[in-house]
Amino acid sequence: MRKDALTNSNLLFLIAAVIFVLMYGFAILAYPGSFLQFQTFFDLFSLNAPLIILTLGMSIVMIGGGIDISVGAVTGLVTMCCAVLLESGRGSVGGAILLALGIGIAFGLLQGYLISYLEIQPFIITLAGMFLANGLLTTIHKDPLNVTLPDFVSLRDYEIVIPWLGTNNRLGNFIPLEIKPGAVVVSVLIVLLVVLMKWSRFGRNLYAVGGNSQSALMLGINVRRTKFYSYLLCGLLSGIAGFVYIMTTGAGNVGNAAGFEMKAIAASIIGGTMLTGGVGNLVGSPVGALTLLTINELIRAAGVNSNFQSIVSGLLLYIFIVLQSVVLWLRGRGKLRLALPSWLLPGKKEVEGRG
Amino acid sequence: MARAKARLHGIPWKGFHLFLPLSVLSLLIAINLIKGADYFSISVIHGALYGNIPNILFGASELVILSIGMTLVTASSRGQDISVGVAAAIASAVFVRVLLHAGTITWWTIVTGFLASCVVGIVIGAFNGSLVSIFRVQPMVATLILYTAGRSIAFMIDGKLSPVLANDLTGQIGGVIPGVPIQTPILLTAVFIAFFAVLLKTTNLKLYAESVGVNEKAARLNGIDPARIKFLTYMILGVCTAVAGFIAVTKAGRHDSVNLLKYVEMDAILAVAIGGNSLGGGKFSICGSVIGAYTIEVLNRTLLRLEVETETIKAFKAVFIIILMVVASPVVRDYAAKALRWMRARAGNGTVPETGAPDAAAVFNPDTPRKKDM
Repeated sequence: MRKDALTNSNLLFLIAAVIFVLMYGFAILAYPGSFLQFQTFFDLFSLNAPLIILTLGMSIVMIGGGIDISVGAVTGLVTMCCAVLLESGRGSVGGAILLALGIGIAFGLLQGYLISYLEIQPFIITLAGMFLANGLLTTIHKDPLNVTLPDFVSLRDYEIVIPWLGTNNRLGNFIPLEIKPGAVVVSVLIVLLVVLMKWSRFGRNLYAVGGNSQSALMLGINVRRTKFYSYLLCGLLSGIAGFVYIMTTGAGNVGNAAGFEMKAIAASIIGGTMLTGGVGNLVGSPVGALTLLTINELIRAAGVNSNFQSIVSGLLLYIFIVLQSVVLWLRGRGKLRLALPSWLLPGKKEVEGRG
Repeated sequence: MARAKARLHGIPWKGFHLFLPLSVLSLLIAINLIKGADYFSISVIHGALYGNIPNILFGASELVILSIGMTLVTASSRGQDISVGVAAAIASAVFVRVLLHAGTITWWTIVTGFLASCVVGIVIGAFNGSLVSIFRVQPMVATLILYTAGRSIAFMIDGKLSPVLANDLTGQIGGVIPGVPIQTPILLTAVFIAFFAVLLKTTNLKLYAESVGVNEKAARLNGIDPARIKFLTYMILGVCTAVAGFIAVTKAGRHDSVNLLKYVEMDAILAVAIGGNSLGGGKFSICGSVIGAYTIEVLNRTLLRLEVETETIKAFKAVFIIILMVVASPVVRDYAAKALRWMRARAGNGTVPETGAPDAAAVFNPDTPRKKDM
């Protein structure tokens, strides 16, 4: 059972990675001008860092067999609180970071406690958390708030320049690659969380709890505490995502990160995490998010009606879900054996899929 | 399949499953009465009844209809459909399109449009249902597809930004038919509830849906096809979404594909939970869900009546939901039951506990619900 679940995780991740590579390859073939530039790829990271962070948190909770639909609203709340603090004249960037983490942890603590120790259905509690965050957000400040604190503005405009990677523009001038700090945060988080989920006791326990909480309980795993920590971690990550969001956009707004929870769920699913729990690979989550974002970029590049963007996203989600289901079903019947050479077997080389 | 565990913890209190929604409802009404004694007053304006109660019945009509279908789906497939609002938007877009293409609008064109939207609703239900029953995708994931794509599809069916239904007949359906003292959506909801009650009374649907939700394997061994039952419940939910979309669009008088029934799926799931049903499937009570849906509407209007600022309403609603779910949570109920048992033991065997009827019920109920997860 455990072995099956783990290999399923890696198989689903492999599917996600292959589809992402195919998708990006297609994008490069169709629009070589923009997609061949490293800048475009890293912009996906830089500009959508909050979504990728939220996807990581969502995947962790989903691996534990739960769900957290409050993440988008909490992120929005964090951006607004940080903006209000920074604009109040007494705040500093460090204070804003602490505030962001504090709000995230507070939501994680509340929801985690209610879900794991009082055994209330996660959907309802996090739905209430979403309402709570939304309500607090509009109570605190209703209008868009642009942060003008000099320290913060310099942080917002700060870009890491990588001189040896870059492209020539139309005039032939060489433009070095520029990365927002958010992308660095994302990369660090991905590495940390992958290590946490793969090699720490908490990560292993979480897979066991998500796979079958009864068995995990009998194995002596503290099921409640493990679940609690997963929600706490997800809350913390939404706090971080909120700060990264405001670091990217520089303004607090009521509509910030609205609807991100569903995007994060979709990205997690595309990345190979299953909502039933116990199956998933954290490297897959950013891949899933990048797949969704690449599609959006592709449609934007194609210049068609923006309504197609969500329709194609839905269609892709459909293909993914059916594909996952069919593959798992075939495997369950023992008819499918993946014939891969030993150096390509999942479990060793999956870090490559991130690049 | 490995996770197919018996889930017999559908309704917490045998015979008392309506206690939670009813007590919440009465609490809210009590708050309203304290705020102002004229809560139940009904006035007649232009030959129709208006007042707090008719307004609540009027405002909650779509939510009630959706929560009925959601209860069935939750029971049979152990998951929720989060695309109901979107599906209603698509179905009503078809309705509006049929009407606007018909030229002159008569009762016949409205019936035709309504039937067309029902067909679309059934097709949407079949789409979701096929994913859930054939491909065995978790319902929330399966319906996430339409949730993502649906509003854009509705917009493309509309062809332009919010087409307007400017005619008397749809106005009468969304408002008042001359000579009838009650607003039409209330009547339609009542008819729908009655239809559903008859359906559940005369067919085996409830039994089959419950047995599939409680234990799929056992249901199959007993000759029930779980896939077919799940498929059926999704198609029924499709009809519910079509009816809800029909009512919503006639109420509004225009079809706004972006905002029509936005976030209603969350409220519908909440209604199912407040109604005392487990979101993990199994036994269900439609009656509870209907009361739960009305409770949500009463809650919204109570907060408005208490002059809570519109920006803060959501936060209050969240706090209310959290308190409600904490009180109803299995752990707290177990504690209450223990405390009561202890009190009974101290008071002696002969006396009957007088306080807290539901807790007493929890004591008498041998199989107190165990843990649940989604």
